[in-house]
Amino acid sequence: MINNLIVSSSPHIHKQASISRIMWTVVISLIPAGIAGVIIFGLDALWVTLVAVVAAVLTELIFGIWAKKKITVLDGSAVITGILLAFNLPSGVPLWLPIVGAVFSIAIGKQVFGGLGQNIFNPALVGRVFLMASWPKYMTTFTQPLRAGAGYDAITSATPLAMLKEGKLLEHISYLDLFLGKHGGCIGEVCILALLIGAALLLIKGYISWHIPVTYIFTTAVLAYIFGAAQLFHGDWLFHILSGGLILGAFFMATDYVATPLTAKGQLIFGIGCGLLTAVIRIWGGYPEGVSYAILMMNAATPFIDRYTKCRIYGSK
Amino acid sequence: MKNLIKEFAKGIIKENPTFVLALGLCPTLAVSVSVANAIGMGVAATFVLLGSSLIISSIRDFIPDKIRIPCYIVIIATFVTIAELCMKAYSPQLDRSLGIYVPLIVVNCIVLGRAEAFACKNNLARSFFDGLGMGVGFTLALILISAIREFLGSGQILGHTLVKGFQPVFVFGMPSGALLVIGLLLGLFNLLKDKRV
Repeated sequence: MINNLIVSSSPHIHKQASISRIMWTVVISLIPAGIAGVIIFGLDALWVTLVAVVAAVLTELIFGIWAKKKITVLDGSAVITGILLAFNLPSGVPLWLPIVGAVFSIAIGKQVFGGLGQNIFNPALVGRVFLMASWPKYMTTFTQPLRAGAGYDAITSATPLAMLKEGKLLEHISYLDLFLGKHGGCIGEVCILALLIGAALLLIKGYISWHIPVTYIFTTAVLAYIFGAAQLFHGDWLFHILSGGLILGAFFMATDYVATPLTAKGQLIFGIGCGLLTAVIRIWGGYPEGVSYAILMMNAATPFIDRYTKCRIYGSK
Repeated sequence: MKNLIKEFAKGIIKENPTFVLALGLCPTLAVSVSVANAIGMGVAATFVLLGSSLIISSIRDFIPDKIRIPCYIVIIATFVTIAELCMKAYSPQLDRSLGIYVPLIVVNCIVLGRAEAFACKNNLARSFFDGLGMGVGFTLALILISAIREFLGSGQILGHTLVKGFQPVFVFGMPSGALLVIGLLLGLFNLLKDKRV
């Protein structure tokens, strides 16, 4: 009888969610985009992803042993970092590039701050920006999607956004091609369809909320519509949503639990800020794409946003 | 004599101006792109430190307390001008690559900090060794940072290629790389300090 009496502290209602369950669900939600990347760019994409994941996990393990902390490899967060980093790389990069990037992501982006829950920036984006600043040649050489009759190597193509930046017309890229990912780009960002399937899983499970992705994409689209063309209110907003890393960034990287605001109001501000910065970099900046810089800058602003969007304690003024 | 050696030695590790006192970080960030620049900057700063410490220490009883900072600046600026003109005359290339950072030694907080914290309170010999130690410590720190940055950023040390086929990590040649290297080295110094205590 006494054994049936369970004494525990609040909260008394438990949800099944735990860090590792959420993280592995995110990993599953990223798989469609990974499969799409392999179909579009060939097996190279798979190797880049696997190498990045293994390097990220090993780095996490080594740091855990060195710092004599609980080994956190199995919670899946390092796997996500590895996948997201690889998804932000072109498929044709030499294989040491994802290794260096993943080690940097985990070591400098995460572990020096104290590991999961302490990092102020999204680790995968830290790795990507490091690679981008260090080896721009590899990071901006995109492989063309595989086509029947076309050889494997040596065919490179610019991303749609890069073509837009250079002022080349885009008439041969239809919205459907953009949606399905039939164009040059990073491994995981091109197939919007697959990304939306994964995002839907996370939204249904309640592991991410709509606040950041919706405000982020909406703000970018509105600004692209207003300022995206020579004439005001003639910008191709749908093109801006479907190209580049916006969908991947908005659903999977701007929603990182650790480096984003806690409250719904804060998340709305975060999303609008990301959208603003992305649109500014895309339309007026020197780079064709600004998603990673936008998210990192807003990560830096997160403690500030959190301070000004504190929830009122019930009953207080 | 043992005391004087201690004054000298403290600037190198125990009170290293860059890694422990965290002074003079602006020129450190800007100049540490290459080892050659670092040596030039370190030597110039050491010369100014020595000169200003000597003069300030020897006239410390005559400097009115209320206007001591302007007095220090005048003395420091004199030595900076000497260093700058010498550099322009004998090594114009180094002068070009260091640019504004040589005249900026005037407001370098290591120099002013030693004047305010040490030279105005201690005798000539001690001030001399303190200035020398701080200068050497600053130079060594600069050389360490710039060696890491030059090697990773261009695969070279003092213009000699060390490893063939090395793909330079451009980011270390940029300001963000300087912040990264200094941050990690500061962390390393703190780690070593914690271990020793």
